[in-house]
Amino acid sequence: MNFLRKQLDRVKPHFEKGGKLSRFHSVFDGFETFLFVPDKVTQRGSHIRDHIDLKRSMFTVVVALIPALLFGAYNIGLQHYLAFGPEETGLDGSVTSLFIFGIIKVLPMLVVSYGVGLGIEFFTAQIRGHEINEGYLVTGMLIPLTLPIDIPLWMLGLAVAFAVIIGKEVFGGTGMNILNPALTARAFLFFSYPSWMSGDLVYVHGLVDNPDVVDGFSGATSLALAAAHDISSLPSASDMIIGTIPGVVAETSVIAIGIGALILLVTGVGNWKIMFSMIAGGYLMGLLMNLLAVNAFMELPAYYHLIMGGFMFGAVFMATDPVTAAQTETGKWIYGLLIGILTVLIRVLNPAFPGGVMLAILLMNVFAPLIDHYVVEAGIKRRVKRAAA
Amino acid sequence: MENLLSLFTRSVFIDNMVFAYFLGMCSYLAVSKTVKTSVGLGFAVVFVLTITVPINFVIENYLLKRGALTWLGEGFANVDLGFLTFLVFIAVIASMVQLVEMIIEKFSPALYSSLGIFLPLIAVNCAILGGSLFMKEREYANLAEATVFGFGSGVGFLLAIAGIAAIREKVRYSNVPAPLRGLGITFIITGLMGIAFMSFMGIKL
Repeated sequence: MNFLRKQLDRVKPHFEKGGKLSRFHSVFDGFETFLFVPDKVTQRGSHIRDHIDLKRSMFTVVVALIPALLFGAYNIGLQHYLAFGPEETGLDGSVTSLFIFGIIKVLPMLVVSYGVGLGIEFFTAQIRGHEINEGYLVTGMLIPLTLPIDIPLWMLGLAVAFAVIIGKEVFGGTGMNILNPALTARAFLFFSYPSWMSGDLVYVHGLVDNPDVVDGFSGATSLALAAAHDISSLPSASDMIIGTIPGVVAETSVIAIGIGALILLVTGVGNWKIMFSMIAGGYLMGLLMNLLAVNAFMELPAYYHLIMGGFMFGAVFMATDPVTAAQTETGKWIYGLLIGILTVLIRVLNPAFPGGVMLAILLMNVFAPLIDHYVVEAGIKRRVKRAAA
Repeated sequence: MENLLSLFTRSVFIDNMVFAYFLGMCSYLAVSKTVKTSVGLGFAVVFVLTITVPINFVIENYLLKRGALTWLGEGFANVDLGFLTFLVFIAVIASMVQLVEMIIEKFSPALYSSLGIFLPLIAVNCAILGGSLFMKEREYANLAEATVFGFGSGVGFLLAIAGIAAIREKVRYSNVPAPLRGLGITFIITGLMGIAFMSFMGIKL
């Protein structure tokens, strides 16, 4: 650490005003504050000082994502192994070999996502002369984790560029965007390249090029099976909770996501109201569907909706995005509840999009400012009434 | 009843006037600076659509359509006044808008002045004429269906314009690049909202 500090101090004068590299001040600042707590102190106005700044809270989310990422890597190896068997894959089926296989597949996605996204961030920071936004640390991790494993890397790069530029930078960068950038990237891919984003083949590595698999293996996600009313081939609830089922990289394991949720809740980075109300909304809607019970999908136990597909991942990492969620406390309850309800509605009613979480969250991102507006208005009205009485 | 309910949901979300057909853009973009005025305009559109679509439905089915005049006598069975559709629809819409204008001016002068020129311009709002023309094209079976469709389309427009107004109020504090400020960023927001609304695309009710 001392060595790093010394190196930074050595080159620092070049980047300060008047130095020969002062144009790249924001790049330097980005690196410095990423590595060390900045020594800048407020000169006037408020003097509240806390070490948990934007970089650290973003980093907490990245840490919370790691269990899901690691399990996701293992699951990629596992699904590939289950689909093609030991001879074809050359894997021995041990946890380590499967994990290494998976992580080799996931790392390029992460590299592309961070490379393209951070490149654009640095570039815009230079052009617009502001500090580098650290919001991309989380987005860059979330994007690959919500995509099928075999997505071509150029598509990933394109989606990242779309999400960062159109979804975020045109609004002025981190903290100003309307839609969650990670979900914007996913929606962009979903509508632009549907054949790579849905279907029964994309979720297991190698299936697209070579659909001959071991007998009895199906690459379909549990949601796709449920949407097709093929309830008998659904994986068991315990498999869905552990997460050894086909799906996008990190959405499958409720347990791994739960560890992440715990980290977010203990550190206070993620909002418990949104998580809780979204889960409650999904569960209640599931119960309502049970009452209607027109088809086999509606007859599924309500809790299945919570463990299938990306519901948990969305509830923990996507809906709680502090920028795009509702800002008021009452608004958060309404916001989460509506996401949960809409998710189940879209899943059950819309056969075209089995993964309803993404679209439900995006839709509520759009209406979050309106919810806030009316919550604030109601507060004003209540106070006026109290003052008048 | 169930049929009407699903028609209503359809016209609010799936066939949303703004995000599915991009109709009514002019007032949607111009009057969406604050939530208050945009909700006012939204309600005006709901009102006008709910009134004009059923009126036009009656006119279409008992006056204009081929064979619509049969109730006058057998000799009229082949009369087709379809070429008058646009004229008559617009005339009905314009007179209804006039009515709304007078009502708003009487009961909410503040809203009247903040809506300004866009209130009379509802008369040429393509969402309103679009509502009547969709009604004709989709051949709704009876007056109730036409009314529900008109009402639902209006609510869809209200939802869209209130949503974007709230976003624009928020974006006012964002550091948007200078060339995009104002309409530019509004177009981008509309596109992004369109993506979010695509979640309803393909739902069969």
